[in-house]
Amino acid sequence: MIELRKLSKRFGPIVAVDDVSLEVRPGEVLGFLGPNGAGKSTTMKMVTGFLRPTSGTAIVDGHDVQTEPMAVKSKIGYLPEGAPAYPDMTPESYLKFIAEVRGLKGRKRRERIDEVVALVHLEGVMRQPIETLSKGYKRRVGLAQAILHDPKILILDEPTDGLDPNQKYEVRQLIRQMAGQGESRKLIVLSTHILEEVEAVCTRAVVIARGRVVADDTPAALQARSRVHNAVVLGVRGDGAGLAEALAELSQVEAVEQLDGQRETCRLRVIPRDHQLIVQEVRELAMAKGLQIEEIRVEAGRLDEVFRTITLGGAS
Amino acid sequence: MRGFAAVFKRELSGYFITPVAYVFIVVFLVLVGVFTFNEDFGGFYGPSGQGQADLTPFFAYHPWLYLFLIPAISMRLWAEEHRSGTIELLATLPIPTWAIVVGKYAAAWVFAGIALALTFPMWMTVNFLGDPDNGVIAAGYLGSFVLAGAFMAIGACISAATKSQVIAFVLSVVVCLGFLLAGFSPVLSFIESWAPQAIVETVSGFSFLTHFQAISRGVIDLRDVVFFVSLIGLALLVNAIVLELKRGS
Repeated sequence: MIELRKLSKRFGPIVAVDDVSLEVRPGEVLGFLGPNGAGKSTTMKMVTGFLRPTSGTAIVDGHDVQTEPMAVKSKIGYLPEGAPAYPDMTPESYLKFIAEVRGLKGRKRRERIDEVVALVHLEGVMRQPIETLSKGYKRRVGLAQAILHDPKILILDEPTDGLDPNQKYEVRQLIRQMAGQGESRKLIVLSTHILEEVEAVCTRAVVIARGRVVADDTPAALQARSRVHNAVVLGVRGDGAGLAEALAELSQVEAVEQLDGQRETCRLRVIPRDHQLIVQEVRELAMAKGLQIEEIRVEAGRLDEVFRTITLGGAS
Repeated sequence: MRGFAAVFKRELSGYFITPVAYVFIVVFLVLVGVFTFNEDFGGFYGPSGQGQADLTPFFAYHPWLYLFLIPAISMRLWAEEHRSGTIELLATLPIPTWAIVVGKYAAAWVFAGIALALTFPMWMTVNFLGDPDNGVIAAGYLGSFVLAGAFMAIGACISAATKSQVIAFVLSVVVCLGFLLAGFSPVLSFIESWAPQAIVETVSGFSFLTHFQAISRGVIDLRDVVFFVSLIGLALLVNAIVLELKRGS
């Protein structure tokens, strides 16, 4: 378990992290979201014992990072931003070094390195200097380093930044895999500014802006805050004359927006009042008008829009 | 101890997987040879050698070689970690700060020691040519080694304070030069001309040259050894404090 207690960090006059209190439990995959410079990395650096907080502290598995840094550091697997590694070393010697620091010896060390290497697919590059590896491989070396001692707590700072879509998919698979297994399930905190990642892997999303927590919810609940949550997108053949006006008159409907359609189709977004489900009503109305429905679907909501509202909204 | 051993091994092998080690060792050996045998410098065969088979001309120029060569090793010790971000990795692994500081330093010092040990053909040569006092030679090696260690500790400490290897190098050379010159007779006589004797003695007390020459003459005075050891200890302590301050800022 990780517990942040009134954690704050000032760099001169700049407040990077401002009085953040938070609890994360095993089994949770917490997505740390926020614009660049919001304080995500700084918070992680304090939890892992790299930076000293200006005030407040973090408790990791019952150990205070201020007074028992060694206990905290041995419990955590950490991937720093940019996945730094010694450029002259090969992944093989690098992982051996990490294993030695983590107290893995002899056969156990060899077995664990092989296991992790297979997990992140590093087999082909074990004897190449890290500086010659592609960004994706470097990131995987960083991940391998973080999970080598099978930590209960994983802190990953932008684990998929700079990866191509396939690599992103693989890393997310890996994270899901590590979070899910009953007994050995981990507590994972990852920072990102890619919103689809939060939907894909996180069970909880914490949005931070200007050093403060501005939202703390499940990704689905955050999505539900979207203006277009449960909105119905409707496409009908023809010009759909009078359809928009008729829909707007329904009591459950807040607004109707024209979307750009193809030739000879008309696409509309119908936004309900208070996010009610109105797909039935919309369909019935369209059919009553004798229109041919080409497309009808309910929108879940747009996380990027919610993100913008939350992170910019606080500024005014 | 586990962390210390891991850091030490990684650092030391780090020198040999890059050209750093080989370039350094070759340059060191060539320069040592030049300074020892050249008539204008060491004059190994010349009058200053007085026809004796000993290594005095060999050791005499070590301080001046170290002045440039040791900061060339020490400059990257921490500056490189700061630049590449690996300092964050190192600092979040369960290794105590002292183990990181001492481990990195010890590896660099041992590396310098390896370069020094590779001058053994010099020792073989004088033993072949004559019958030197091998005790004095051993003392010379010891003096040279602790002098390298003192320079390395100062360089490590300065490297911890900056991201730039160039700044680390230049500052280290200047500071080391200061410590060397404190015992250089033209400097001492210059200070003597206006300062009281007490100040002159304090300045020369900090002189690497004086302590080094004392040891390499074959007279291993505990005070000279204590001087270098405590200076190294102090520099490493400051090194650790600089790192701690960076964490807090």
